[in-house]
Amino acid sequence: MAAKTVLTGTHFMNGDYACCEGAIAAGCRFFGGYPITPATEVAERMSSRLPDIGGIYIQMEDELASMAAVLGASWGGMKAMTSTSGPGFSLMMENIGLGICTETPCVVCNVQRAGPSTGLPTLVGQGDMMQARWGSHGHYEIIAVAPSSPQEMFDFTIRAFNLSEQYRLPVMIMADEVVGHMTEKVVIPPEDSIELVPRRRPAVPPEKFRPFKPDPDGVAPMASFGDGYRVHITGLTHDQRGYPVMDAIAQEDMVNRIVGKIRNNLDDIIRYETADMDDAEIAVVAYGIAARSARRAVREAREKGLRAGLLKLNTVWPFPEKLIRELAGNVHAMIMPEINYGQMVLELERCAAGRCTVRLVPHAGGSIHSPKTVLNAIETALKEA
Amino acid sequence: MKYWRTPLDLHTIQVSKGKVVIIEERCKGCQLCIQYCPRDVLEMSKAFNPKGYHYPEVVNESQCVNCHFCEVLCPDFAIFSVEATEKQ
Amino acid sequence: MGAKRGRKPALRHPQDDLLRTDRIPHIWCSGCGIGTVFSCVLSAIKKSGHPLDDVAMVSGIGCTGRMAGYVKLDSYHTTHGRAIPFATGLRLARPQGKILVCSGDGDLLAIGGNHFIHAARRNIDITVVCVNNFNYGMTGGQLAPSTPFNARTTTSPIGCPEEPFNFCHMAAASGAVYVARWTALHIRRLTDSISEALQKRGFSFVEVLSPCPTSFGRRNKMGKGLDIVKYYHDKSVIRNNIDPKEATLDFSTNLVVGKFVDIERPTFLDNYQLINKRELPAWPASTDKGAGKKAAGLV
Repeated sequence: MAAKTVLTGTHFMNGDYACCEGAIAAGCRFFGGYPITPATEVAERMSSRLPDIGGIYIQMEDELASMAAVLGASWGGMKAMTSTSGPGFSLMMENIGLGICTETPCVVCNVQRAGPSTGLPTLVGQGDMMQARWGSHGHYEIIAVAPSSPQEMFDFTIRAFNLSEQYRLPVMIMADEVVGHMTEKVVIPPEDSIELVPRRRPAVPPEKFRPFKPDPDGVAPMASFGDGYRVHITGLTHDQRGYPVMDAIAQEDMVNRIVGKIRNNLDDIIRYETADMDDAEIAVVAYGIAARSARRAVREAREKGLRAGLLKLNTVWPFPEKLIRELAGNVHAMIMPEINYGQMVLELERCAAGRCTVRLVPHAGGSIHSPKTVLNAIETALKEA
Repeated sequence: MKYWRTPLDLHTIQVSKGKVVIIEERCKGCQLCIQYCPRDVLEMSKAFNPKGYHYPEVVNESQCVNCHFCEVLCPDFAIFSVEATEKQ
Repeated sequence: MGAKRGRKPALRHPQDDLLRTDRIPHIWCSGCGIGTVFSCVLSAIKKSGHPLDDVAMVSGIGCTGRMAGYVKLDSYHTTHGRAIPFATGLRLARPQGKILVCSGDGDLLAIGGNHFIHAARRNIDITVVCVNNFNYGMTGGQLAPSTPFNARTTTSPIGCPEEPFNFCHMAAASGAVYVARWTALHIRRLTDSISEALQKRGFSFVEVLSPCPTSFGRRNKMGKGLDIVKYYHDKSVIRNNIDPKEATLDFSTNLVVGKFVDIERPTFLDNYQLINKRELPAWPASTDKGAGKKAAGLV
């Protein structure tokens, strides 16, 4: 009995495993990785699942090699991913940049732990958010999703693969140690109900094909190794033929393409959820595990008759600027709990542009916010309103 | 060609004859082909190519035996030899 | 660049069908050996008879790194030192393809050294052609892991204070199944070696000593590219099948070239497929003659 790719049914599964199952359900057949707490379980499950479904698990010698192998496998025609945590994420930055410049679809899961440096390997952190956005060199756009539960680790990994194929770039899953290591109910739907974005193939013969000539949505079809298109792919600035061109005109054209395909499709990419927001005076904006503490605090605030609501960011990059600008006009204050000393809150402040107060509920890492501290922040913000 | 002894079949075998083609604009004047042509067919010409390099020119075409050594040695794909057909 | 001015030659250069002729003339300096090695690589690819749509070239950063940009195949110009792991991913995703990694001494053995030894250890089925010009040419001629002791470079202006290591010995020690070294003037032998390497199943390595007149040659007063490649060739001695440890590059005595390793070993994919059949006895019982080799009929 051939191993099933989609384990339809209800499971009691930890977040890392759910990420692996989501990837496999999304069609991922290559995993190049390196062990690192708290992301190793993704690799471990991949190493047992992939061989039975015609996939390849390879443990590389370091994270540089892991990211390079993922890019190579993607150009070899496979959907590919890696998973890591802070230290590995730092090592992957250059090749993530190669993936962005060569527009290579793949997924990088970062199960964040407390940093900096070795930090608290087994304990939670959310301090890699700005690194996810600007970690590689040069100017570019990226897409990052932030799951808050094992169920979302499954669902958001599928979405990450779909976004990576749709927009042809590495997509990051900004998870964290708690979401990765907690075990909860995970419902895996039937295979045919999972919508997958296939790789966009060239529609013209080789002699007419230009590997970086975009379709109307700004994304170019992709010819993989062996398709007979004999494309040249380079990290150098390149024109639509993929040929290196060392001048500012080609640079502008390329950067516009890389940035534009994201910025011109924000509504399709950005996803968020709200709870109790209709009449909210105070909006708690949160992502990842912090959104769980925030949800509890909002519920407790409502029980005390305080008009607080929750805005949960499912995609963190690109940041939902339009949404926050509108929200800033309707609430007294926005409160953001995050397990760092202020990263996404900077984006919140930038978009609020002074039209409402913005409060960070910081946390150095090592544990999650207690709902109490978030509730206190809500009460203080209401007193000040 | 300097033989240290005359091959017994020198008169019977038919030595192949080659014609050298030079793509001047690709040449970078490294002179490898001139140095290593076993038949000294080539010499540096006084002329310049668009990049300002001197390039080889064929000085005794009859000597070329179509061994292709210049062709495989050239770092710039600027020279190759073909079978010299009789009517040329 | 590359626009054809003047008389268009009546005939096409035989290598043109594998070249992106709209990008020729290429970037490499007059007298540099990379073009010659590139010509040998193209001849070997054609000789291999492998369908050209299924041959890929991966290269890293540096002068040789630009080779992928000129070949009319699926070609990938990756980040510095990461050509081999990229090629590993490419190979495992498409096992039927033929993959060449062409890069320089610095790219493959300095920044990429860790990936080099592990790809050889795993016996990933790729052919690595290392153009060794004894320095980092692209950035102007700095010392590299190949730079001879006391040789001058822009970062060892008095003399290189380091001993280079023997790439062939490194490759063999790491598990490569084919290891050879030639100079850029051993055209026929180099082409044959690359052809043999392309036929090998597993990690094959061909090192080519190549003149770098602009950087390394000028700093050490070695003359033009012509003189340098002649110097390397004259100094070389062919000693096939000796222990790679003995295949030293000693400029005071001689530069040992030849084919040093040509063995059979199961590739990563062979072992991966074997293991996942789940038929092997559990370790350690399965270690009598190396289950992998036995299963591959190599014992």
